[in-house]
Amino acid sequence: MKKLRIEDKLYLVGYNVDHDNNHLGISDPEVCKTTCQKRQCTYVCPANVYTWDEKEEKININYDACLECGTCRFACDYITWKYPRGGFGVAYKFG
Amino acid sequence: MKKKDFDVIVVGAGPAGLSAAYVLAKAGVDVIVIERGKFPGSKNVMGGIFYREPMDDLIPDFYKEAPVERHIIEQRMWLLDDVSHFSMGIKTQKHNSEPYNCFSVFRAHFDKWFAKKVVEAGALLINETVVVDPIVEDGKVVGVKTDRPQGDLYADCVIAADGVQSFLARSLGLRKKITPDKVALGVKEVIGLSEEQINDRFGVKSVDEGVTIEMTGPFLKGMEGMGWIYTNKNSLSIGIGVIIDDLVKHNVNPNDLLESLKSHPSVLPLIEGGETKEYLAHVIPEGGYKSIPKMYTDGFMVAGDAAMLVDSVHREGSNLAVESGKLAARTYLEAREAGDFSERMLSKYQEKLEDTFVLKDLKFYRNLPELLEEKRYLLTEYPQFIIDAMTEIYTVDGVPKPDKFKKIKDELKERFGYVRLAKDIYTIWRKLR
Repeated sequence: MKKLRIEDKLYLVGYNVDHDNNHLGISDPEVCKTTCQKRQCTYVCPANVYTWDEKEEKININYDACLECGTCRFACDYITWKYPRGGFGVAYKFG
Repeated sequence: MKKKDFDVIVVGAGPAGLSAAYVLAKAGVDVIVIERGKFPGSKNVMGGIFYREPMDDLIPDFYKEAPVERHIIEQRMWLLDDVSHFSMGIKTQKHNSEPYNCFSVFRAHFDKWFAKKVVEAGALLINETVVVDPIVEDGKVVGVKTDRPQGDLYADCVIAADGVQSFLARSLGLRKKITPDKVALGVKEVIGLSEEQINDRFGVKSVDEGVTIEMTGPFLKGMEGMGWIYTNKNSLSIGIGVIIDDLVKHNVNPNDLLESLKSHPSVLPLIEGGETKEYLAHVIPEGGYKSIPKMYTDGFMVAGDAAMLVDSVHREGSNLAVESGKLAARTYLEAREAGDFSERMLSKYQEKLEDTFVLKDLKFYRNLPELLEEKRYLLTEYPQFIIDAMTEIYTVDGVPKPDKFKKIKDELKERFGYVRLAKDIYTIWRKLR
């Protein structure tokens, strides 16, 4: 059976993306550059929302892929996390 | 005059919130359920096995009408290393006749149905609305602030069934911050296969009969977690849940771990040829009894995942949610009778829960999270020993059986030492009573 990448799987997920609001953030982006040892947000997220931008030296947040599990907010104290506005975000078919 | 839009506001249309609202609506209480998803269930994920018993008491014979997948007649437990599994389990016809023990379900289907029943019973359901904060006046919870314009709502009592993130309980100071060692991330796929394929692969006769498999052991390389496969009518739910702190420390991506489980030689033949229909992720509160927040304050009660009511040993959660929602609602009914929604009155909610399986079960396992944190080898070395010993016993290679048994005994001594073995057994016995 072919191994599926996260990107492949996210195509199967229904979203109603809120184009006006990003519900995710980092309270002190300087920390990502300086003291953060592992940048765990870049591997612990099941939707690959967080990627490290070498050139800009910052974390990019692709919030429209967010599955709203909240793993990142438990894994990192600097991530600011709230629910997307009512009706927006992930909408599972099966659940 | 005191502002009041409803008698009770229930936050969250999952099993806990819907159960609370159902009891209240049936009793003629003016209750509103606020759900942030497009419809109830659209944000909800579980493994998912749903136990009949607490729900049957709410809506008798619900399973005849509700969208359940298969009733479970066999439950297997696998100890998994990279190339083997050691299997235990129970398949019984006692679970193959009504009223059944448990069912595989999809939350997005089941909760939608349950919400319909709640609305029919007389509750008001508002979707696509996020509760942002509780409204507190004179130290009492008197309502909630929502993300709708003029969205403040007032009531005698708020029941927070807002899930594992538990923002309401946190903002009221009822709980401390949830640390990553107390929560697991579950990732899951729904893999489509035909009814016949599923029946053949899992050894069941019809589309109504189902099987569960839970997997743990050295396959997880010392992380605390559990994999699962559950049979649905036309699909399998396959997933893996691991403590978030372990994913961080082991530098593991959850999807990689799920893919490696899917390619395990014991798992692959069961899912081979299937087509992935959905990919899901959800956090599971696994801190157990000691991580339960204070579950009530003036005008406020917490139920379900928001109160950390999950028994991770027995993969039970939705049944604890249903029970807690029911008891929160019944506590409200008593409080209404007395015209008193104070903390003292609502503390009866906790007393009621203490009397049920919910807190009795969690209390029984209260030391387990720490025990597994401290003695992580219980999840790796002992299961590996069992797998190796079984492999030895079942391998016919000319070595006489007495020599095999001696070898196993020597291995036991070498790997653990009798003193440590005795200590571990004693510790487990002492911690689980």
